[in-house]
Amino acid sequence: MSVALRKWLVFLLLCGLSLTFLFPIIWSFSTSLKSLDQVFEFPPKLWINDAKWENYPRALTRLPFFRFIGNSLILSICTTSGQVLTASMVGFAFARLRWPGRDAWFVVLMLTMMLPGQVLLIPQYLLFHWLGWVNTYKPLIVPGWLGGGAFFIFLFRQFFRGIPRELEDAARIDGATTWQIYWRIFLPNCKPVIATVAILAFIANWKDFMGPLIYLSDFNSCPISLGLRMYQAIEGAWVNYLMAASLVALSPLVLLFFFAQRYFIGGLLLSGSKS
Amino acid sequence: MMWLWIFQPQFGLLNTILRASADRLVGIGLMAPGWAPPAWLNDPAWSKPAMILMNVWTAGGSMLIFLAALQNVPPALYEAAEIDGATRIRQFFHVTIPQISPAIFFNLVIGIIGSLQVFNEAYLMTGGGPRDSTLFYVLYLYQKGFADFEFGYASALAWILFAVICGFTAMIVRSSALWVYYEGDQP
Repeated sequence: MSVALRKWLVFLLLCGLSLTFLFPIIWSFSTSLKSLDQVFEFPPKLWINDAKWENYPRALTRLPFFRFIGNSLILSICTTSGQVLTASMVGFAFARLRWPGRDAWFVVLMLTMMLPGQVLLIPQYLLFHWLGWVNTYKPLIVPGWLGGGAFFIFLFRQFFRGIPRELEDAARIDGATTWQIYWRIFLPNCKPVIATVAILAFIANWKDFMGPLIYLSDFNSCPISLGLRMYQAIEGAWVNYLMAASLVALSPLVLLFFFAQRYFIGGLLLSGSKS
Repeated sequence: MMWLWIFQPQFGLLNTILRASADRLVGIGLMAPGWAPPAWLNDPAWSKPAMILMNVWTAGGSMLIFLAALQNVPPALYEAAEIDGATRIRQFFHVTIPQISPAIFFNLVIGIIGSLQVFNEAYLMTGGGPRDSTLFYVLYLYQKGFADFEFGYASALAWILFAVICGFTAMIVRSSALWVYYEGDQP
């Protein structure tokens, strides 16, 4: 088999697999352009000739969707930036610094992931209530700046441990401080991981439903995750409108992914070390 | 929401496709007629496979982590292996796998913790049914705590789960010395 033919076969296989994974998205897009009769048509059709673009303005004006999306943007950007910054610092400390009790504290960190989150709802609420933070964005943003969660710390630690000692030693001989090693050696060499954490954290914050539900009660400060649920309660029976609203709510995530994608390519370490 | 619709037994997307392909197969004689696709979330025997399918579809997060790990494998290692005459398959097992083993370890630990705490899908889609076939541990805990208000019982459940997860994680962490390789850890 020639190389070109093999490449094409692999390409076709990958296209097929991508379509399988994209299919639900394509399907909801087609649903969002149908009339209600067409939605419940049997057998269902994927392609529609008379696309109803007016579904979109119709769905998006029922509730202040753009305000909700703005709220979500503020929340997600503030929280995610804190998570990337502080989780990478803590991960660096666990991976590379030597301090008393490090391994014991790492066990404690892992343990925080093992308790189901539902158990923590009430104690956390009481804490934030005591601080007087209920009905502000603080209970949602501030924890992101205090380490960013065990998941991301663990992820950063795994990657930082993979960076060769030689790089660090060389920097130290050149007189770099620990902070400079973190900031100028480790972070630039871990761009794919930073992008991964940023994407995963942003998606989690964007979709977070429990947090805003518990801590926010003011209609005007609702993020889109709550807004969408409200919309579902009001007009959930109009599946086509609901799909249109859901897709608009998801669109910033798609944009983010396209933007972050270039950090996955190249930017790779070891130009200097390892001959 | 969307998933409820895909798995809907009569008019659901998945079963429409399955039925159409079955008809094709019957048409060319590869299958006996009279086959009916599973009722997925309405059938206690198929509700768990349906949930597994859903979770496989949403594995993008782990994939992203693997992608980042693969990007961090130094190309020089592949070049060296190629000069030494290693085939692509050997390169995969002797360069790629060891280099991304910290990420495999991460995904394994997180995957186990996450699956043992599975909650959202069952809470939103089935509420534990049909016939308790998707009554997962944390869902039961949640029902006990927030529907029956037996907080003490629910907290006890949480600690038992905690201990179980601890046990599993400790086993993997113990084994990790044998198969996880950290470039920066060598003396």
